[in-house]
Amino acid sequence: MVRKKLSRIQWGVIKTAVFILCLLPFMAISWDAVNNLLGPDPIQTLHFRTGDWTLRFLLITLTMSPLQRLLKTPIPIRFRRMFGLFTFFYASTHMMVWLVLDQSLSLDNMLQDIPESPYIILGLTAYSLLIPLAITSTTGMMRRLGRRWTVLHRTVYLIAVFGVIHFFWLTKLDYQEPLIYSLILGVLLAFRWRILKAIFTPKSAISKT
Amino acid sequence: MARKKIPAIKENEVTPLQLFNNSRSLISASRRQFLAQGAGLLLASGLMPTSGWAGNKITDYKRSSLSLNETPTPYEYVTTYNNFYEFGTSKGDPAVNAHLLKTKPWSVTIEGEVGKPGVYDLEDILKRQQLEERIYRLRCVEAWSMVVPWIGFSLADLIKQMEPTSKAKYVEFTTLYDPEQMPGQKRRTLKWPYTEGLRIDEAMNPLTLMATGLYGEEMPNQNGAPLRLIVPWKYGFKSIKSIVKIRLTEQMPKTSWNESARHEYGFYANVNPSVSHPRWSQSRERVIGAPLFTPKRDTEMFNGYGEQVAELYKGMNLRRFF
Repeated sequence: MVRKKLSRIQWGVIKTAVFILCLLPFMAISWDAVNNLLGPDPIQTLHFRTGDWTLRFLLITLTMSPLQRLLKTPIPIRFRRMFGLFTFFYASTHMMVWLVLDQSLSLDNMLQDIPESPYIILGLTAYSLLIPLAITSTTGMMRRLGRRWTVLHRTVYLIAVFGVIHFFWLTKLDYQEPLIYSLILGVLLAFRWRILKAIFTPKSAISKT
Repeated sequence: MARKKIPAIKENEVTPLQLFNNSRSLISASRRQFLAQGAGLLLASGLMPTSGWAGNKITDYKRSSLSLNETPTPYEYVTTYNNFYEFGTSKGDPAVNAHLLKTKPWSVTIEGEVGKPGVYDLEDILKRQQLEERIYRLRCVEAWSMVVPWIGFSLADLIKQMEPTSKAKYVEFTTLYDPEQMPGQKRRTLKWPYTEGLRIDEAMNPLTLMATGLYGEEMPNQNGAPLRLIVPWKYGFKSIKSIVKIRLTEQMPKTSWNESARHEYGFYANVNPSVSHPRWSQSRERVIGAPLFTPKRDTEMFNGYGEQVAELYKGMNLRRFF
């Protein structure tokens, strides 16, 4: 059908546009880094800016399926993987800032800092859990894993909760920002109450029904 | 310029002065940066005063042998990266909001265990003090540090003039409470007014400074004008700003951060790399103004002032009395 062909071209254009849009924060951060515009505390600024965008993309990713249900259109789901991978991308830049700038790639520094900083342990855990999701994000992997793919990718709810706690845990006194993130996450998780209920219901209870 | 009449400039101290002169021309650039970084909503809507902060030179001060031999952090960072929750909780908030604070006239109530209690005009207090410049490192509990050329006088001198009684075991300081001038106080982030305290021997230590200026100028409002405490071997939150009351007491005073999180911020709050904050390490610090790839600095015991103050804590378990 003519309509379908047209929309395929449109899709290409739209996806490219969204892709570039998702890269804009990274370009802005890089620009500021290169031009010495990160302010008095550049490492901290980079931590916050890359961390903020990680959480934002995570929440955007989690918005796609409720949006599909609410708007009764499959369009949002077609962007979910891209947003998910951008979450991983920004999380990776966040990790790089920590590894290279904060820890100067020194194992000694890390061995000292990690045990003394619970929020770092949680952040590292959340990042480790993101890696398998990024690896299995291809269509091939989806097909190969089948039902197990869905189960594996439910880890994203845990990752999101870890991410928000990570933010709370490092905050000194003013919890306004992490609160906003956790409120949004709460709403997004509420859309999944069926899934979450199933996860938290003991197996024996399921087999009875 | 008056600034250049400062007597006996040693060769190694010339750099800071040059840096200072450069930084003057950087101020307008730093304002533009505010705008760019989004802290400038107020600026954009024209609510920011164009006159900016402080700027009155202090000419009559001597140099102190207690100064660090280090290049101070650039003026623009010292005056735009501030923890002063009375003006907002972000680092940039104080520089934007502190113009609301009226520092002249200013009076300080001195009370409690002293022979000469009263409400003193700050000007009258200052008439009796010898101002000096002291370049100290400021280490924040958030694990960053900067080097600031403060101008002030010894707290010990002031306390002696007030004739403390034998019951004076502690000194309690209180910041101004006025939500109209300090809009951050409209939010209940900390319990207002901010209070801090020192043991009397800490207060009498020669390092303990009552600061009225920095970089050869009267104290910018966002840095705690017109009168603030500087205790360089303790985390920055001990160095209370915009002081309106000094009370000598027999009991250990309540202090704001300790009240807000007892297990995280102790009364002593001595800089100590081996006692971590419950949620983060204190072993290293980010150096404000350092280039991006500079490794963090190893935090020193008592912020490097151990020689002068370690004696005060002899026999104390610093892990317990953090």
